[in-house]
Amino acid sequence: MTIPIGALRRQKAATEPVTDRRSLEDPRAELLELERQGELIVQKIDREAVTVSTKYGREKRIQKSHLWHHKSCGQCGHIPGYSTSIFWVMRHLGYDYHDPSDQTSCTAWNYYASATSNAAAQAAVAVRNFAAAYESGYFPLIHCGTSYGHYKEVREELIGHPELRAQVRDIMAKLGKPLVLPEEIVHYSEWFHALRDEIAAKQVRDMSGIVVTVHPACHYYKLVEGDAIYDPDIYGGQRTAVVTGLAQALGAEVRNYSTWFDCCGFGFRHILVQRDFTRSFATLRKIEVMKEEANPDVVLTHDTGCVTTLDKSQFAARAHERNVGLAVLSEAQFAALAMGAHPYRVCQLHWHSADYRPLLEKLGIDWEKAWEEFQSDLRRLESGEKRYLDWDDVDA
Amino acid sequence: MIETAARHDETDAHYKVPDVAGYAEVPHEEKVRLFEQVKGDFRFGDYLYGCYECGICVAACPSAKFYDFSPRRVAQAAAREDVDLIYQQMQEDIWECSQCFSCLRCPRGNNPGGIITIMREVAVNNGLASAKQALVGYSRIIYKIMSSGTQVSPDMLRSDAFPDWGPETADVADNLDLWRRALPAETMHTTSTGWSVADKTLVELYLIWLETGALDMIADVDSGLHSILLELMEERLEEEGIQL
Repeated sequence: MTIPIGALRRQKAATEPVTDRRSLEDPRAELLELERQGELIVQKIDREAVTVSTKYGREKRIQKSHLWHHKSCGQCGHIPGYSTSIFWVMRHLGYDYHDPSDQTSCTAWNYYASATSNAAAQAAVAVRNFAAAYESGYFPLIHCGTSYGHYKEVREELIGHPELRAQVRDIMAKLGKPLVLPEEIVHYSEWFHALRDEIAAKQVRDMSGIVVTVHPACHYYKLVEGDAIYDPDIYGGQRTAVVTGLAQALGAEVRNYSTWFDCCGFGFRHILVQRDFTRSFATLRKIEVMKEEANPDVVLTHDTGCVTTLDKSQFAARAHERNVGLAVLSEAQFAALAMGAHPYRVCQLHWHSADYRPLLEKLGIDWEKAWEEFQSDLRRLESGEKRYLDWDDVDA
Repeated sequence: MIETAARHDETDAHYKVPDVAGYAEVPHEEKVRLFEQVKGDFRFGDYLYGCYECGICVAACPSAKFYDFSPRRVAQAAAREDVDLIYQQMQEDIWECSQCFSCLRCPRGNNPGGIITIMREVAVNNGLASAKQALVGYSRIIYKIMSSGTQVSPDMLRSDAFPDWGPETADVADNLDLWRRALPAETMHTTSTGWSVADKTLVELYLIWLETGALDMIADVDSGLHSILLELMEERLEEEGIQL
């Protein structure tokens, strides 16, 4: 075939001056400038905040309290101990929050799986949720790694494309809402990282004998990479610091393995309709490598899809006598356990598939006794004594 | 009209001739039309800057390890505006992508995963065979997210749907209502959605799907589902006295 030199030269001329918009140097400053021009509203951090460093050195502030919990459909749907642990830790540190019902999913799992949406719809969904947080007066905290990454993508698109801003502003006007974005887009694992010393100060279970491997979520640190937290004291600043920083603060031993940067194999559509790929990747490239190279007690991660994939993919691999059998928890559940949370009432480990019991035993938790306590809770519900359990019940 | 390279033939290692490819050949002009839609997306210029042919994106890509798939080939075909190869990729490769965006490690600043997102949208919008095939078995999920505002509901955890997830999935299904009522957060007592979504919020979501044309995207690939969702949304909006 011939090389279309003319077309390539024209394309180069057209694309060369364009700014690399994968990750803006300072999105916060650009948002504030757009606010000054009357283009949008920026919801400000208005409570005490912890300052952390991002990949290329920009400082990011993490508000500690008065947070609007943007929940994850996957966490709430099938790993409910994940969301419950986030709430529980926040409650036990004494920080107030709002758990809204005027929140939708970010819908990005579906978008990355099926493409049955478009950039304008995705931006409008994001801004509608941000507007709901803004109206409540609470600052948004994003539970899901994909929601976090996708919302950062949306932010870059809204900053860089006035026509998209106009379209979303028009849609928001029909909903009676403003075009509003938060000063910082914050993932819950950033909150846990920023408050890791406060969490460790409330620790009641010794984690010093626990060996951990960390799986970092792609949509946390690869999508709009510049906004993820890095710390020169953790991995020498060469890998994102979240999860690892918390595990170390709790006294656990974090071990390295060679496929650290690999994704988990979730695949968005694959986990739902093409799971042979997901199972293969999760076991061959992650779980088996971790076991062979680090032999951990637990793998900690910080995203809905990663917990799902790494936890659920191990059962079928056992039939093939693969080297699997490794507990998978979010670091929120791990932190909650460290602070004394009940493994079933709070961490809801009965929703997990990979065997977590050896981890509990190593932590000195009598899981059979704990399970019986949870069963007694269920009997109270079945007898009609209570319709639902509440926060007082889970701390009983 | 896009200036394109000469047509491929069977000597090109990266191009399958139609009787091998497994999908119908279309006129060259149709391929150009589809690529113009890809290139016309406002994000395209942010996602493609050129290609050093270094292969870093392939080394980082999970799908490349298990499929005949390469983010580098996607970026290069888009940069060359090779509409024949791009059409082939839209009929095959794009649905293998994991959308993890590991390919963003590209030293040139490309976003092959983002280009694929756009190509997928164009494939869905134009009812391409690959999109219809990729979405087989996926209708319930689209219905769930578009109608309820949450994607993965607890009642989707059934052992017949996830037999490879172990016996714990059956335990969840058998005890679903009771286990959900044991959750301390009030919003999570639901079984058909991830959390309780307010009626007003659903109305707002329906307006977004309709105003942005997102719902109409599935009209060609799944007309039955489109009709069901459209009726559901229009009825709900009518109850609220909202005219589009």
